[in-house]
Amino acid sequence: MVSDPTPRWYDCRVGIVSPGFQGRPRSAEPALPPGQYLTEDFPVLSAGPTPRVPLDTWEFVVSAEGGAEYRWSWNELMGLPQEAPTVDLHCVTRWSKLGTNWQGVSLDTLLEGIDTAARYALVHSYGGYTTNLPLDDLRGGRAWVAHGYDGGPLPAEHGGPARLLVPHLYLWKSAKWVRGIRLLVDDKPGFWETAGYHDYGDPWREQRYQGD
Amino acid sequence: MTDMSYLDGNMLDGPLRELFAVDLSGATGRCESCGTVGPMAGLHVFSHAPGLIGRCPACSEVMLRLVRAPDRAWLDLRGSTYLQVPLPMDQPYPRPL
Ligand SMILES: [Zn+2]
Repeated sequence: MVSDPTPRWYDCRVGIVSPGFQGRPRSAEPALPPGQYLTEDFPVLSAGPTPRVPLDTWEFVVSAEGGAEYRWSWNELMGLPQEAPTVDLHCVTRWSKLGTNWQGVSLDTLLEGIDTAARYALVHSYGGYTTNLPLDDLRGGRAWVAHGYDGGPLPAEHGGPARLLVPHLYLWKSAKWVRGIRLLVDDKPGFWETAGYHDYGDPWREQRYQGD
Repeated sequence: MTDMSYLDGNMLDGPLRELFAVDLSGATGRCESCGTVGPMAGLHVFSHAPGLIGRCPACSEVMLRLVRAPDRAWLDLRGSTYLQVPLPMDQPYPRPL
């Protein structure tokens, strides 16, 4: 008998939980994925100390399954076509934040011209974090290397200098302090995916844990 | 949130008691990465996350991951070479064959 479905080893209720949600009539309240609540805050979640990565040594590396590497320095990233997606965020700790404004480079741009037959991606970060997802989920205008938030540089606590942004999956897939992506023929589970969390993590199907 | 955002390993007592019959609050662990041996209570525990992450106080590598679902829990100790658990002297124990 489980009376409280919320994992109790951490407090995920950092934000405002208000069914009344001031400022918008109830009829205009947007639909949330199952089990999520709305927050106006931007809670900071992290599996470790915040890495401080100087921009002059920062790089982003895509390595293809055959060993070929494709590198971008910070200036090279800034020289690519920039996008400004407005997206909803859904964290597996049950908060959702809607209409967030980002600046970054589409993964379509970064993957363009990379010759690969890989079907999977393992994203890795400064600080050692990893997360995996199908390569197709990084394509089709659904994923970015984001370096700006709300018109300013992305703060380190939210993953700056740059983080992955894959808003159609739970937020643990949007790796903070992103450093690169390995393109893989076979799926390789990442930091949370090897410790009980779902391999794919679709919030609308509530894929929180393995077997969900 | 800064680098001081972790808790000390004493906070693991309750969550681990849910999994184990033995009391791990007095246990000692060895870091797989750097070899440091120390009390579980000395781990740096990051709790604002989808699970609990216990990091080595010496090298900050991950020694313990604990994920709690409503009906299940996962304990990942791949970053720990061993846990040494104190046990009472006056109880019978299985000897090596
Ligand atoms: Zn260590």
